[in-house]
Amino acid sequence: MNVASQNELTPRPATKEGGLIAVAMSGGVDSSAVAALLLRQGREVVGLTMQLWNQRRLPELMGETPAHGRCCSLDDVYDAKRVAQHLGFSHYVVNFEAQFEERVVRPFVAEYLSGRTPIACANCNTDVKFEPLLLMARQAGAERLATGHYARVRYNRETGRYELLRARDESKDQTYFLFGLTQEQLARTDFPLGDLTKEEARELARSAGLAVADKPESMELCFVPNGNYAQFIEAYQRDQGSPLPAADGEIARQNGEVLARHAGLHQFTVGQRKGLGVSTGEPLYVISIDPAANRVTVGEDAALRQTVCEVERVNWIACATPHSPVHAEVKIRHKHEAAPATVEALGATRARITFDAPQRAITPGQAAVFYSGEIVLGGGWIARDK
Amino acid sequence: MNRVYMDHNATTPVDPAVLDAMLPFLSSDYGNAASIHSFGQKARAAVESARDSVAALLGARPQEIVFTSGGTESDNHAIFGIVGAASGVAHVITTAIEHEAVLNTCQALEKSGVAVTYLPVDSAGLVDPEAVRRALRPETVLITVMHANNELGTIQPLEEIGKIAAQADVYFHTDAVQSVGKIPVHVEQLGVDLLSLSGHKFYAPKGVGALYIRSGTRLRQLLYGGHHQRGFRPGTENVPGIAGLGKAADIARQSLAETASRTETLRNRLERGLIERVPQARVNAAAAPRTPNTANILFPGLEGEALVIALDLKGLACSTGAACSSGAVEPSHVLTAIGLPPEEARASLRFSLGRHTTEADIEFALEVIPAAVAQLRELSPTYRKAGESR
Repeated sequence: MNVASQNELTPRPATKEGGLIAVAMSGGVDSSAVAALLLRQGREVVGLTMQLWNQRRLPELMGETPAHGRCCSLDDVYDAKRVAQHLGFSHYVVNFEAQFEERVVRPFVAEYLSGRTPIACANCNTDVKFEPLLLMARQAGAERLATGHYARVRYNRETGRYELLRARDESKDQTYFLFGLTQEQLARTDFPLGDLTKEEARELARSAGLAVADKPESMELCFVPNGNYAQFIEAYQRDQGSPLPAADGEIARQNGEVLARHAGLHQFTVGQRKGLGVSTGEPLYVISIDPAANRVTVGEDAALRQTVCEVERVNWIACATPHSPVHAEVKIRHKHEAAPATVEALGATRARITFDAPQRAITPGQAAVFYSGEIVLGGGWIARDK
Repeated sequence: MNRVYMDHNATTPVDPAVLDAMLPFLSSDYGNAASIHSFGQKARAAVESARDSVAALLGARPQEIVFTSGGTESDNHAIFGIVGAASGVAHVITTAIEHEAVLNTCQALEKSGVAVTYLPVDSAGLVDPEAVRRALRPETVLITVMHANNELGTIQPLEEIGKIAAQADVYFHTDAVQSVGKIPVHVEQLGVDLLSLSGHKFYAPKGVGALYIRSGTRLRQLLYGGHHQRGFRPGTENVPGIAGLGKAADIARQSLAETASRTETLRNRLERGLIERVPQARVNAAAAPRTPNTANILFPGLEGEALVIALDLKGLACSTGAACSSGAVEPSHVLTAIGLPPEEARASLRFSLGRHTTEADIEFALEVIPAAVAQLRELSPTYRKAGESR
């Protein structure tokens, strides 16, 4: 691994390179490797770990799941502290529970309840990690914030803009969750792992003697450790004093034929096949979710394929809002392979995407991120068909 | 890096003389104080001599002192002990600004059906003794009011409350963890029946504390086990810790007045200096009698959490709110109780001085704090006024 080549992208004009740098530390291998890497480069490092969610908030969900890997579990915080002690830099835990609930958890629940399928991690990045955390890092005296994301950022002198680029290790690329970053945020952000593979990051952690080097990756949404979103949403609503009504809606075909009843839109996502409670012989999928009618529409696989969709709250990164349609490869969910399309801006914050070929299960609430090769042009949130 | 410690309300360093008093019991004199043989006798002598010292510090009798693992155990023992010994329905009076060791114990009692009144405090952080009187009910079994507050340093009018408790024939407990060693604490004067203290808040080690229990007070024991401490608090005695606590009590008794006046001078200099040098800075609970070492300062327009980090990175250790187990800062229930809005509670920092704080330390603080505050406010969305952007 060529560590020396790290961060040698185009120099950035806006900030000093030499000052104190904050590392957002989760207690996992990636962010720990970031700290080790920066120290190796002779940087002065301070570690920050966000306290985001208190599992005791919804005690009914605490159940038998082990505490490890849970959001803000003490084990993870102490892992981060041990890494900092081992490597010899200061580490602090900062409390963003209020911001996390307001900006991530509440919208997550609201989106599901209105029949969309949100991406909490993208909100967390844009609205918590690179917002109050970055601000706190700067207030504490750091010039910049580094995270363990697999992505790259560089300054393009010709356009005068900061660019977000896919990770060299495409299988680990996390730019899909970072498309919301503004120029100001990117100007102060480093992704030191952008040129490494996961294995190289582990090797880096191992060679630095970090106990977390072989820690398993957390795959679930951090505040829903058992992955059961529906159960979380129901518990959260009870906690908020507005328990979900015993919703009784239709599961119907596109022609209106009612096949079954459902007990809440939050249990469904577009493209879902399992758990529909209908047995018709042919495989049926959720085609759309209509909150006004409290209806889930199902149909055959072919009905899931769409060529056009619109996105809202669009953020352009590599360029300002383009005046003419641009060709791009567009990714409509994390594991989707970006597909060729034309993106046409409809004003500053909206855009229409026309794919060259129909795409399966374009899901309202998910992000659509526009790429030109390795460069992220921008992205937005998939809107419901009008 | 020059590091200055201004967080003595969190914990203090072990005094060198205390360490010396402990060392034999960590090496050659390792006997169990409950043993019959000469090893045990040596340990027993140390424990009983420490009991004398702690009793002397409080104006109590030695047999009224039970050694514990610290403030939390003492508070639990006192509160659960009194309520557990009461028959029938029980009611407890406490305040909104108690330490969690009292608050959460009371909340646990509530879950088992005990009624608890949480009295408010005024803007200076003081409880009104008349409010205590008004809260009394026929079934009230315990009044528990802290002596000095950990965050503000405010000293509660325990003498008056003690008289009210005596008149009503209700047991009176105080969490004196933050006052013992800082101001005179005399159980007769205060009129308390039970008093909790913790060693590490006054230069003894962590993991040792004591509970004063007035003779004749009936309470249920908390832990069950052997016959140690008359069976009342079983568990092999922490001889080195107890010896250290005894020595710390001796030192406190001898040097309390002098230390208090010296510390108060330094604390006042710090407060004045900050008010002069930091625009809008203000002392919280300034109107109340306070422990001489504690300054709680409000710096409007910034996040206290960020300031604590910025200051620590510059070598000054202080604190904000109360730390939870992860080390993250929870919003302070104390500052909320004195009527600060959440953003002001979050913008308040505690500086707590100690026996070894020097004038040079104060000068250092007066250099780094104004600079750090200015830098933070520069970046603060709440402080920066409209019209600027970058």
